Amino acid sequence: MTSSQILVQVRGLKKYFPITRGILIQRQVGAIKAVDDVSFDIYRGESLGLVGESGCGKTTTGRTLIQLYRPTAGQVLYDGVDLTREKGQSMRNRRRKIQMIFQDPYASLNPRWTISRIIGEPLQVHKIISARKAQEERVQQLLELVGLDPCHTNRYPHEFSGGQRQRIGVARALASNPEFLVCDEPISALDVSIQAQVVNLLEDLQDKFGLTYLFIAHDLSMVRHICDRVAVMYLGVIVELSDRDEVYDHPQHPYTKALLSAVPIPDPRATRARQRVILEGDVPSPSDPPAGCRFHPRCPIVGEQCRVDIPEWREVAPGHWVACHKV
Amino acid sequence: MAIPIPENPPAAIARIEKTQLTFIQLVWLRFKRHKMAVAGIISLILLVLFAILGTAFTTEAYSNITDTSIRLMPPSHEHPFGTDTVGRDILSRTIYGGQISLMIGLIAMAVEVVVGVLIGAIAGYYGGIIDSLLMRFTEAMFNIPQIPLLLVLGKLLADKLPPLNLFGREFSGSVIVIMVVIGLTSWMGLARIVRANFLSLKEREFVTAAHCIGTRNGPIIFGHILPNTMAPIIVSATLGVANAIISEAYVSFLGVGVRPPTATWGNMLNGAYQYIESAPWLWIFPGILIVLTVLSINFIGDGLRDALDPHSLVESK
Amino acid sequence: MDSLLEVRNLKVQFNTLEGVVHAVNGVSFQLEKGKTMGIVGESGCGKSVTMLSVMRLIKEPPGRVTEGEVLFQEKDLLKLPKSSMHEIRGAKIAMIFQDPMTSLNPVLTIGHQISEALVVHSGIGKEEAYKKTLELLEMVGIPQANERYKDYPHQFSGGMRQRVMIAMGLSCKPDILIADEPTTALDVTIQAQIVELTKKLQAQFGMAVIWITHDLGVAAEIADRMIVMYAGYVVEEADIFQIYENTRHPYTLSLLKSLPRVDRKKHNRLANIQGSPPDCIQMPPGCPFLPRCGFGVEQCAEDNPDLTTEPDGHKVACWVDVTTGRFR
Repeated sequence: MTSSQILVQVRGLKKYFPITRGILIQRQVGAIKAVDDVSFDIYRGESLGLVGESGCGKTTTGRTLIQLYRPTAGQVLYDGVDLTREKGQSMRNRRRKIQMIFQDPYASLNPRWTISRIIGEPLQVHKIISARKAQEERVQQLLELVGLDPCHTNRYPHEFSGGQRQRIGVARALASNPEFLVCDEPISALDVSIQAQVVNLLEDLQDKFGLTYLFIAHDLSMVRHICDRVAVMYLGVIVELSDRDEVYDHPQHPYTKALLSAVPIPDPRATRARQRVILEGDVPSPSDPPAGCRFHPRCPIVGEQCRVDIPEWREVAPGHWVACHKV
Repeated sequence: MAIPIPENPPAAIARIEKTQLTFIQLVWLRFKRHKMAVAGIISLILLVLFAILGTAFTTEAYSNITDTSIRLMPPSHEHPFGTDTVGRDILSRTIYGGQISLMIGLIAMAVEVVVGVLIGAIAGYYGGIIDSLLMRFTEAMFNIPQIPLLLVLGKLLADKLPPLNLFGREFSGSVIVIMVVIGLTSWMGLARIVRANFLSLKEREFVTAAHCIGTRNGPIIFGHILPNTMAPIIVSATLGVANAIISEAYVSFLGVGVRPPTATWGNMLNGAYQYIESAPWLWIFPGILIVLTVLSINFIGDGLRDALDPHSLVESK
Repeated sequence: MDSLLEVRNLKVQFNTLEGVVHAVNGVSFQLEKGKTMGIVGESGCGKSVTMLSVMRLIKEPPGRVTEGEVLFQEKDLLKLPKSSMHEIRGAKIAMIFQDPMTSLNPVLTIGHQISEALVVHSGIGKEEAYKKTLELLEMVGIPQANERYKDYPHQFSGGMRQRVMIAMGLSCKPDILIADEPTTALDVTIQAQIVELTKKLQAQFGMAVIWITHDLGVAAEIADRMIVMYAGYVVEEADIFQIYENTRHPYTLSLLKSLPRVDRKKHNRLANIQGSPPDCIQMPPGCPFLPRCGFGVEQCAEDNPDLTTEPDGHKVACWVDVTTGRFR
């Protein structure tokens, strides 16, 4: 893949949340290292999956990437421009091309706004269409695009079901004709029978408009279906990144192996025949990560070096990156 | 063995199955359950009608005509509420006085709401040092006693301000002072509530979504967050009207509020002080009107508070 | 009658502002000793309400059990006086829930809470209860049990809390453990731990388990037999292998086809199920799944099919034979 095909470059991204104490004067006593040195590229037109369990930092990575949180360190190059240095109006202008779909279809829409106003907000903010009538037409177009009835523009979010609200969120994200969409667990809050609807919609839109997705999820089965490449995160760092089938069929990192073996399969014979790697213990806190390799306390193949040195992020096969001493 | 699934039902564009009640309809339904609140609305409407429509039957000039020969007359056919210490007709004074009292209530409430919401919104939204400064200021204001301040400012400024002409009536400068001072000393509670709501609402995902779209802070504060915190503002505004009416009555009764000849329900009580037993019609009528108005507003406020309670208005999934 | 628990024609309603919600509409099933029954369905299908009704934990009003029997150890649980239910709950039938944080009292140590259950139900003294509690904590895999005995719920992670719940549930060696979406809120590696733990404990104690979930993968792992619910009805019931490999109801079939698999390469689009699950308030006559069903025939609009048992023991409520697409 040539570099002109890279849309987003993330280098050394860090996001720490300070822990403060004190009544009158707040002093920092520690930090939650939610994202601790993360680097990856996203190619135009692809879906990059970012997976991991709770506390791994995938949502924070997504939000820091699009500057909803200001990074503690690192760079995010979008089409060559460093977003971390953009401020104010200039950053707001960039947001036309970069949009986000949120996890909670109930919370991400303003309950007091009609869906026409919700979907039309990007058009207003970026002054794409100012005339009321033209804006209404565009909103109706967008509703049809996502499979909703265009005559419902004057309704409120609470009148729609979860799956429909999620579609409204998608319509809103598309209003400004973005190139890049961060999908932050877009189907986790939906019923199982609705998830396929939304996933199919996202795939269709990607084909139609050549969109690039960063798909953040914890549902590994769904990620296998929708993503081209997958990055696995654990406690603020990426431990493995490769093409989708490579990661799923030939995982290299012990955490990835354990994670994949833990995912339930809707097939009793397959799931019971599997070799499970059951990890001991819980995920440690991001405010006090283990020294050396962050996974070492739970790793089934832990060695001496793992307790001390941070593993290097290496390309062990073309396009397949892993951070592990034992690989 | 994979079983092929036949074509799904023709791709109907997803429809909404049933319409739901709008927010206002829901609120009204809940409000109606409070009998006292509904009674409050009815009686408030009647009182307002009394103050406004009464002008069809009498004039302000009439209410100010003094005629000491008929002073302190009990209610009669010509003067249904009797006459006061200088022979003015009490009924017409209560009508025009009502207008002033209600107007003071409304405008003081407006001042209170504007200041309270602005301060609360900015403190809650921006946080940090702006929040600290504004909240310390708010706390300082809490410590300023309203009535003594009103008394002092009332005495100092009332005679110095020029009269105001509004709606074809002339108001003495003291009315302005009262309205503004009451408003400027009652906003603190509302500011705290609005700030608290802003603190929690700004973390909601639809606000994050607005940031993500690129919306600026101003439209987020007033377009997104504020409409979601209308409930406490409405309740506070409603009760603020009652509070302002009482405060005005308080200071006018003490003689340092609105100056005669402009009548308010409060300063009519001032004239009645010495005649509590001998001429009860001097204080009964304005007194009852004050009590009725304030009670009605308080009941309405209670009803609104419950009707707007977000926990009862859970959106159905 | 060899089953441990038998539910017959259970019907439960809720009176709400918007109308009467028919949450459970004639659910029947049997649970055998030592076996695991999976109850699968999406939100609103009535799976939780069914089991809460069995435990008599539904608030009346607004809920109401309008019909049905729940036979356990020769008694109908629905007709028992409340005081007798106290003896059954916790001791004979235990239930654990999705969010352990709300099931555990935040101001009491977890040790205290487990011991309390033991003292109340088994009538043993505090000293003995303490020892048994430590044993239980170790059994569910909580290390350093004697120290953690004194900890409060907020000092545990989600997975650990769920283990505490399991310890509490098993403390009195119940005959049946009902688990209502116990791993839904947990990470997948922790979920795997809890599933393994449950299987191990079930083998050890020989209790029957009812596992409620919306996750067809988890059900495939743990259940011996499975019930699929939709809109308050049981639409399919069969042995676990049968139900996945020989699916007979269009809903179950569509659901399975709409799920991606972690162990298979992507082939084609996920099957779409149009529409959304109904709200059970004003249900039209006929099959509740019809608006979303690809197999619908005329009969489906007129009559709601009953759950019929086929010769091989597989139960299905459908007018159509999904292998041929034709009316049965």
